[in-house]
Amino acid sequence: MAIWRNKIRRSSGVSMLMLAMMILCSRITSAQARNSCLDCHSVLPDELGVGEEKFSHDIHAQKGLTCVSCHGGDANADEAEKAMSAKAGFKGKIDRKQVPQLCGSCHSDPTYMRQFNPGLRTDQLSQYKTSIHGTRLASGDTKVAVCVDCHSVHDLRPPSDPKSKVHPANVAGTCARCHADAGYMSSYKIPTNQFAGYSKSVHHSALVERGDLSAPTCTTCHGNHAATPPGVASIANVCSSCHVFQAQLFAASPHQQAFASAGLPGCVTCHSNHEIAHPSDQFLGSGAQSICTQCHTDGDGGFVAAVKMKADLDGLAASINRAEEILDRAERSGMEVSQPKLELAQARDSLTKARVSIHSFDVGKVGVDVKAGMTTAAADFAAGEQAMKERNYRRIGLAFSLVAIVLVLTGLKLYINHIEQKT
Amino acid sequence: MAPLRAVRNWLDDRFGWEELIYPFKKKTVPRHKLSYWYFLGGITLFLFIVQVLTGILLLLYYKPGANEAFESVQYIMTRVQFGWLIRSIHSWSANLMIFTAFAHMFSVLFLKAYRKPRELTWVSGILLLFLVLGFGFSGYLLPWNTLAFFATKVGTEITGQVPLIGKSLMVFLRGGEDVTGATLTRFFGFHVAVLPGLATMLILLHVLLVQRFGISVPPRLQAEWAARPPEQREMKFFPNFMLRELMAWYVALGALGALAAIFPWNLGVKADPFVPAPAGIKPEWYFLFMFQTLKLIPSKLWLVDGEVVGVLGFGAIAVTWLLLPFFESAPPAPPRRWITALSIFALTYMAGMTIYGYLAQ
Repeated sequence: MAIWRNKIRRSSGVSMLMLAMMILCSRITSAQARNSCLDCHSVLPDELGVGEEKFSHDIHAQKGLTCVSCHGGDANADEAEKAMSAKAGFKGKIDRKQVPQLCGSCHSDPTYMRQFNPGLRTDQLSQYKTSIHGTRLASGDTKVAVCVDCHSVHDLRPPSDPKSKVHPANVAGTCARCHADAGYMSSYKIPTNQFAGYSKSVHHSALVERGDLSAPTCTTCHGNHAATPPGVASIANVCSSCHVFQAQLFAASPHQQAFASAGLPGCVTCHSNHEIAHPSDQFLGSGAQSICTQCHTDGDGGFVAAVKMKADLDGLAASINRAEEILDRAERSGMEVSQPKLELAQARDSLTKARVSIHSFDVGKVGVDVKAGMTTAAADFAAGEQAMKERNYRRIGLAFSLVAIVLVLTGLKLYINHIEQKT
Repeated sequence: MAPLRAVRNWLDDRFGWEELIYPFKKKTVPRHKLSYWYFLGGITLFLFIVQVLTGILLLLYYKPGANEAFESVQYIMTRVQFGWLIRSIHSWSANLMIFTAFAHMFSVLFLKAYRKPRELTWVSGILLLFLVLGFGFSGYLLPWNTLAFFATKVGTEITGQVPLIGKSLMVFLRGGEDVTGATLTRFFGFHVAVLPGLATMLILLHVLLVQRFGISVPPRLQAEWAARPPEQREMKFFPNFMLRELMAWYVALGALGALAAIFPWNLGVKADPFVPAPAGIKPEWYFLFMFQTLKLIPSKLWLVDGEVVGVLGFGAIAVTWLLLPFFESAPPAPPRRWITALSIFALTYMAGMTIYGYLAQ
C-alpha cells in the first residue's frame, strides 16, 4: 500500500483527500476480496476515473468483458499492488499506437466475435491500416484518430444506440471534434470547414431534421474504418451509390467527357461536396442562381439547352400548381375531387423524373417527362374546372329551388289568410 | 272537382271515409304565442320521411362491405346523377332530425306537455329519440371512412364498459372483437332494417297517442283561459294547422337544399384499420356532451373504474328521463319545480359540454 501511495504522490500529485479515499477503497476491497478495479477507479478523478454507471453502458461490459480484458492484471486480487502487478499481466494505460492492435486482437478474430455478434464484420483493423488515419499512425503520427477517439472508451456503445458517438446522427459531430478544430488540424494543412458546410447541406437536413438515418454522413462517402478523401475520379462513384439514375444519365451525357478532360469532379462541380444545397430548378437556366452559366455563355448550345430545360420544368411546375389550386378550391367548396387529386401525384412524379433527366443534359429526354406531366396536370385542371362548374350549377339550381319554395310559402300564407278571413 | 268527389263517394260507400276522417275534421289546435313549438314534432316527422326516401335511393348504389362501402359512396357522390344531392340531404337531414328531436323533447318538457294523460306519449317519444341516436350511430359508420371507423371503435368500446353484459354487447355490436367489415354489415342491417321497423311502429304509436289526447296547452295558459274563457283561441287541425305545418316543412326543405348545395357532406378518407387514430378524434356533435363528460371523469373513482361509473350514470339518467312524467302529480296539481330546474340544467349542461367538447384539444 505504501508503494502505491508513493506512486500516486509522485506521478499525479493528487490531494490528501484523494489519498484518504484510496485508503478507504483499499480497505473495502480487501474486506470484500472481489473484482476491485471499479472500487477504486470509480472514485478517482477523470484521468483515472471510470464510474460503474458509465461502464455499465459499455457494450463490452454488457457482454461480460471486464477491465482486465484490455488492461490485463488480476481483478480478483485483494490488494492494488497485486491487482496491477506485471506478474498478473497488467498493461496499464494503453499506448495510442497500440490501441488499434489491441482492439483488433478480438475484433479481427471471426471465431471469437461470432459468439457475441455473428453479423459483425472483422475487417476493421485491416481496413484501418489502409486509411489515412492508419497509415499516418503507422508512420508515427499519434494525433490521428484511433478506435477509441471515434467509438469512445469505457462507455463504448453500439452504433445503433442514439447516444453512441458513431450513431449515424452523431458521426459528423464526432469527426468534427478533430476536423473542425483549426488548431488541431493546422499541421495537416487541410480545410476545417467541412462540418460547417455539411451542417447546411440537404444531407444533414435529412439526417438530423427529418431523422432519416439512411441519409449520408461523413462515413457514407469517406468510409469509416478505411476513411480517406475520395479522389476526383471516384467522386461520381461515391454519389452514384445512392443517386443511381442521375449517375447513369450523367455518364451517358456530353458533360462526362468534358468534365473528365477539364479534370473536374463530376457531381461536385455543380453540387459542391460538403455544403450540398437542396436542389432547385434555379440551378438551371440563365438566372442569378444558375450553375450552367458558370461555364456556358449566352448563345452557345449548352446555354440554349439550359434555358429550354428550365422553361420546361417551370411550365410543368406551374401547371401542377394551377391544377392543385383549382382542385383545392373545389374541395373547399365541398366537391368530391379525391380522384383527380390522387392523379395529380402522377404529374408530380413526372416533374421529379424530369428533374432527374436533367442529368442527361438532353432537352428531348427532359421534354418526354415534362410532356407526360403536362398531360396529367391538364387533365386534373380540367377536372377541377368541371368540379367548379358543377358547384356553380348546383348553386344556380339551389337559387331556383329556393325561389320556388318562397313562392309556395307565399301562396300557402295567402291561402291561410284567405280561409281564416272567411271564418 | 267532380272526379275527386266521385272518388270520395266511392271510398265513402265502401270504407265509410267520412266517418274515418271525422276526427281530423273535428280536431283543433290551441292558438297562442307558443303555438310555434307545436311544429317541431311535425318537422322531425318530415325529416324522418326525407331520411326514408333518400335512404331508399342510396340503397340503389350503396354496397355494404369493408372493400366496397367507401368506393360505392364515392361513386354516388361523383358519378350518379344527383347522387351528391341525395347523399348530402340524407346526411344533413339526419343531423337536423336529431336536432329537432332534441328541440321537440325540450319544448314538451318546458310546456309541460308530458303530464297526465300524456305519459305514454312522452315514453314513446323518448324511445324514438334513443332510436334516432341509434340511427345516427349506425349510419355514421356506413361510408367506412377514417373518422367513422375510429368513432365506432371508441363508441363500441364505451359500450364494453357496461358491467356484466358490456363485453358481450360490444362483441355483438362489432360482430367480433374488433371493428371490421363484419361490424359494417351488421350496422347496415341495424340501420336499414331493424331501426326503421322499430321507428315506424313507434312513430305510429306516438302519432296515434297525440291524436287520441289532443294538443296540450301550457298549465299557466290553461289557467288563464279557465279564468277568462273568451280569451281561449284555437284553429282547425285541417286545413289551418296542417297548412302551417306544410309551410314549416317547406322551410325545412329549403334549409336542407341550401345546406346540401353549399356544404355537400364530406366523404373523408377511406378507413384503414392499420393506421393510428387521428389525433383529437371526436364523435358527432350529438354524442359530444357524453364523450366530453366521460373524458372528464377520473380514471378511478374510489375503487371503481371511472368510465364504468360514467356509463352507468348515463344509463341511470336515460331511465330516469324515460320515466320523468311518473315523478309528477297529475294536473291541476302545480308542476314540480325540480323537474323544470332539472330540464334547464340538462339543456345548459348538454349545450355547455358540447361547446366545451368542440373547443377542447
